[in-house]
Amino acid sequence: MAENKEMISLTIDKHQLEVPKGTTVLDAAKLVGIDIPTLCHMKLHNMGIENKPAGCRICVVEVQGRRNLAPSCATEATDGMVIKTNSMRVLNARQTVMELILSDHPADCLTCVKSGDCELQSMAHRLGVREIRYQGEQSCYREDFSPSIIRDMDKCIMCRRCEMMCNEVQTVGALSGVHRGFNAVVSPAFEMDLVNSVCTYCGQCVAVCPTGALTEVNHTNEVIKLLADPTKTVIVQTAPAVRAALGEEFDKEPGTLVTGKMVAALRELGFDYVFDTDFAADLTIMEEGTELLGRLNKYLSGDKEVKMPILTSCCPAWVNFFEKQFPDLLDIPSTARSPQQMFGSIAKTYFADKIGVKREDLIVVSIMPCLAKKYECQRDEFKVDGDPDVNFALSTRELAALIKHANIDFDSLHEEDFDRPLGESSGAGVIFGATGGVIEAAVRTAYELHTGKPLPKLDYTELRGLEGFRQAVIDFDGTPISIGIAHGLGNARKLLECIRENKCVYHAIEIMSCPGGCIGGGGQPLHHGHSEILKARMEAIYREDAGKPIRKSHENPYITKLYEEFLGAPLSKKAHHLLHTNYFDRKIKFEDSKEC
Amino acid sequence: MADYKYDILVCGGTGCRATESELLVSNLKAELKTLQLDSEVQVVSTGCFGFCEKGPIVKIMPDNTFYTQVNASDAAEIVSEHIVKGRKVNRLLYLDPVENKNVADSKNMDFYKKQLRVALRNCGFINPENIEESIARDGYSALGTILQSITPEGVIDILKKSGLRGRGGGGFPTGIKWEMARKNNADQKYVVCNADEGDPGAFMDRSILEGDPHSVLEAMAICGYCIGATKGLIYIRAEYPLAIKRLKVAIGQAREYGLLGKNILDFGFDFDVELRYGAGAFVCGEETSLIHSMEGKRGEPTVKPPFPAESGFMNKPTIVNNVETYANIPVIINKGADWFASIGTEKSKGTKVFALAGKINNVGLIEVPMGTTLREVIFEIGGGIKNGKKFKAVQTGGPSGGCLTEKHLDIPIDFDNLIAAGSMMGSGGMIVMDEDDCMVSMAKFFLEFTVEESCGKCAPCRIGNKRLFEILTKITDGKGVKQDLTDLRNLCNVIKDTSLCGLGQTSPNPILSTMENFWHEYVDHIENHKCEAAHCRALMKYEIDEENCIGCTACARACPVAAITGSKKMPHIINQAICIKCGACMEKCKFNAVILK
Amino acid sequence: MADNITIKLKKEDNEFIEKVCASFNYSKTELINVLHQVQEHFGYLPAEVQEKIASELKMSVAKVFGVVTFYSFFTMLPKGEFPISICTGTACYVRGAEKVLDEFRKQLNIEVGQTTPDGKFSLGCLRCVGACGLAPVVMVGEKTFGRVSADKVEEILAEFR
Repeated sequence: MAENKEMISLTIDKHQLEVPKGTTVLDAAKLVGIDIPTLCHMKLHNMGIENKPAGCRICVVEVQGRRNLAPSCATEATDGMVIKTNSMRVLNARQTVMELILSDHPADCLTCVKSGDCELQSMAHRLGVREIRYQGEQSCYREDFSPSIIRDMDKCIMCRRCEMMCNEVQTVGALSGVHRGFNAVVSPAFEMDLVNSVCTYCGQCVAVCPTGALTEVNHTNEVIKLLADPTKTVIVQTAPAVRAALGEEFDKEPGTLVTGKMVAALRELGFDYVFDTDFAADLTIMEEGTELLGRLNKYLSGDKEVKMPILTSCCPAWVNFFEKQFPDLLDIPSTARSPQQMFGSIAKTYFADKIGVKREDLIVVSIMPCLAKKYECQRDEFKVDGDPDVNFALSTRELAALIKHANIDFDSLHEEDFDRPLGESSGAGVIFGATGGVIEAAVRTAYELHTGKPLPKLDYTELRGLEGFRQAVIDFDGTPISIGIAHGLGNARKLLECIRENKCVYHAIEIMSCPGGCIGGGGQPLHHGHSEILKARMEAIYREDAGKPIRKSHENPYITKLYEEFLGAPLSKKAHHLLHTNYFDRKIKFEDSKEC
Repeated sequence: MADYKYDILVCGGTGCRATESELLVSNLKAELKTLQLDSEVQVVSTGCFGFCEKGPIVKIMPDNTFYTQVNASDAAEIVSEHIVKGRKVNRLLYLDPVENKNVADSKNMDFYKKQLRVALRNCGFINPENIEESIARDGYSALGTILQSITPEGVIDILKKSGLRGRGGGGFPTGIKWEMARKNNADQKYVVCNADEGDPGAFMDRSILEGDPHSVLEAMAICGYCIGATKGLIYIRAEYPLAIKRLKVAIGQAREYGLLGKNILDFGFDFDVELRYGAGAFVCGEETSLIHSMEGKRGEPTVKPPFPAESGFMNKPTIVNNVETYANIPVIINKGADWFASIGTEKSKGTKVFALAGKINNVGLIEVPMGTTLREVIFEIGGGIKNGKKFKAVQTGGPSGGCLTEKHLDIPIDFDNLIAAGSMMGSGGMIVMDEDDCMVSMAKFFLEFTVEESCGKCAPCRIGNKRLFEILTKITDGKGVKQDLTDLRNLCNVIKDTSLCGLGQTSPNPILSTMENFWHEYVDHIENHKCEAAHCRALMKYEIDEENCIGCTACARACPVAAITGSKKMPHIINQAICIKCGACMEKCKFNAVILK
Repeated sequence: MADNITIKLKKEDNEFIEKVCASFNYSKTELINVLHQVQEHFGYLPAEVQEKIASELKMSVAKVFGVVTFYSFFTMLPKGEFPISICTGTACYVRGAEKVLDEFRKQLNIEVGQTTPDGKFSLGCLRCVGACGLAPVVMVGEKTFGRVSADKVEEILAEFR
């Protein structure tokens, strides 16, 4: 359309510039090197995610001829506009509004978990707020502790990012703006705790919260205590997406792979064995891939009873999502446990036996890019006599804090390698960390198992990318296999609705809850709205895969050994017992709300 | 109506119904029936006459006799005297307070003399639940005219020429708004009537809807024709049950008569109207909030542009006008743009309806030409200040307007003059205050309202207004310091400058205007701990006048905190350190010995 | 966990809500109209009712709660047999509504938003019923009282006691 190319010219401070029609004043200013401060606004480019309530009013600018100041994030540039971004009037307004926001915010920066990584704190500093002239009543809410997420709404500034992620991107609908005026806040229904809501613990609200209002449950102290306990053998597993992001916490460029240093740091911290969740990811492929092939073969041979498509089940927020919102479809997803839980299960049986440690003396810690993993490892079905297969799941951020806490100079560490046997993995295990990765890994194995022929290629680029929903047809030597990939629960919902209506045309679907997959998980270093960081992490994941000598799960020799020595074959009785699970109807219903 | 010898018009507006005007109607009917006069005399329950202070109002046509404060029990006398014997019931006539004479004809009453009723033309004249009475007074004739002979562009031109500006508060030219919506192509467009009158102390829209619902329906259909919409929505306060009922009746009748629905008057034009209910949120007077509320969401505003005329209800081009604006439109079409433009001032044409209330003798609904002065409104139409007190201020524009004073009384009222004076037209609330009103407390009252009604979306309105209210409370509690005034002014300016919608952009007006016009009262509260209006309790002292006190001990016995001491038959004393200023002593004292300083 | 939570709504209550939602074609944009009708039926909007509405309209219950708490007309607490509303609009305020409100508070011994322990009276404020000529105005149920002063409060209450 010709309209899209229409250019308009405007003046911003001392600059004259031309921009395409439809550009916001905020974006136009960026083009001439003017960085207008913003607080509530957040835009993840290329992912179609934008939060633009124009509510914080920090980004206001003066527009000649207008009576009031205009929010630059939500004001389109028009032809002939004259903008001032730093007049006395603007600076005073910005500072006063900031003082107002701070006047309804606890001044406990020194002990706040977000200190140093808080957008509100750095904005106050940037705007030169040195006193808060306007003092008065402060909002006061009960703190809400869930297995994964802590809500401390006294620190909420009503940017509404969490509400947008929860409703528009994830379509979970756990959160909403409630009440109005000074009492307005974002909350689950009836101001109940998250545990009583449809929350999936995906943690995307935490990932975008600019303040300390939404944070993860912190387990670092428990882990420190266990590491110091000589009677315990403490082992650790690290998820694939962690190595692609941990470096950011140590000022490395986004996308820097720090696998070796991470392993070294974990040893330095005192973990007795440093293992890799990627190993368990390979195991997942064996189980899930076999299950997929089984169902596929039945389907292709005309079995009407078999449930199609098969859905991946390694993402715990996704599992929570369908258990809470689609309890009628519990028999569609694969029964394979997630890699974290497969790892825990194998560690506390096979590995414990191997090293001669009693189950109760073996502690399994996982390092995860995810907050839902904290909930997952507490599920009853993953416990044996009350002892969880995975004791604690720490986030990438918690690991970084632990490293700093232990006086480890991350930069000067020498790269080290994972321990064996649970530390060996294929490239297929690595790419679990990015959207499309699980299904690509599954294809690499399923193809060879199904056709008995070697894979024609290793890199299925048609399965990669950042679009919310992607599809591809893979030729299994004459049998076309239709594959769907969704990331973000909003996209997953659309697929589930399709399946419910029997309109789904795919054989297999991969679903990850977080935009970008695990690399964009709720436990990762905060991206603060810079979506290029996610892209860099994704590239790092595929780089790690490309550099691996083994690229297919079924070729991982330690996996082969595990089946030989312990499990027998995929989907064997033992494998079922240790590596598969059941799903439950967890639809939320409300009791009388009088207690609220 | 011409078939009857007499028409007895009884006000059926909310105010008069609250004082049993319905019972009066049935009494009148029963009385007439007994005397077998019911075929000669018609009793009509009309919309609001405007003179609410003296309600219930009864008007007898054709002789134009205007009875005030009529009780249900007066029915017999009205029938036997006025109808049967042709003698006016003197004791029910309006008593001119200045001349101390009865006035029988409303045209000769000061309250009506200076009024010009355009939007209210049918209120009090027709039975709003009978479409034929509306049609008899030109109802739907404008719609017929345009469907037959004027193009949509032609109608928009008439509106532009007439100079009609939106009566809801903003004063945006109506014709230009419609033109914008017309030019935006879409498969569906909407015509919305904003009847969510949220201003405390304003009841213009309610009165129009109760008294003349058809004028609004007709205008909405005209708007639909102009912009190319087939759907109309009226967003009305759920707290207006009577207006809702009458609208429902009116919509039903209009459909029956082929004036709404498919193929209106056989011109192939479809238009129908639905009701949507507000649920108590002042911010929904803001058009983007209103639209979100109609979509079933929280009534939070969004940034403009895009304007609703580009993207409104369900993201389709939408016209939002308020009740009074619509009520003007059929008359403009019927009488022409030039006629309308001849009324009013240079930039504000036509008339404006005001709800006159507060410390004024003639509380009521009035309509005057733009350009009428505040003095004429308050002292002539309004009959001056109640109980002979001194005029202090008038608040125009509702809770976010400003307080104007003595020196503003002679400004001709129009959109621009009121803004220049530091207030605004708003939707037309006008509250008069006298010497007993403390202006700091008044500002606090309005801020309390805004704090309660802020939606909470943007920071300056959500937190800023709360802080303003807190500072004002500090001042009225006698705890203010000089710095508060500097902080107050800065905060007012920033909230105005940075708020997302009209609510926050105007909420500091009551403070700014009272600081401008009553600065000394603020200073007095802070520096002298004095409230000249004797309103702020924390700044007042109860004392006993030794001269008047006879030592009866009634006050001491009444005091809940034993702050009063004294022997029998001797003057008592109030211990100020203990006194909680409850006023019990003053209530009990029969000798006016307890005084408030 | 979830299965030991019982829903207290009776079958006919559920059916009523279903009927109302159906009459609005299950349209989310009609949420406020649905809430109006349901509140009129139940007198208030308890949590289970909101949950039922949410599931009928296929929207999140948090969003329904967000709407309910936004509008002052909707309430999650049952009102008294005779809800008392004092108009605190500007016209009534300048004519002494504050003192009338204080008197009601004192006589009923409850705050605004509360209901007396016997369930008889609840106290609320509203902004302008449009009867400014009668200011200050008090409404008890459907009945309007005009030109109310503090010393008339007892008389008004006596009428309903």
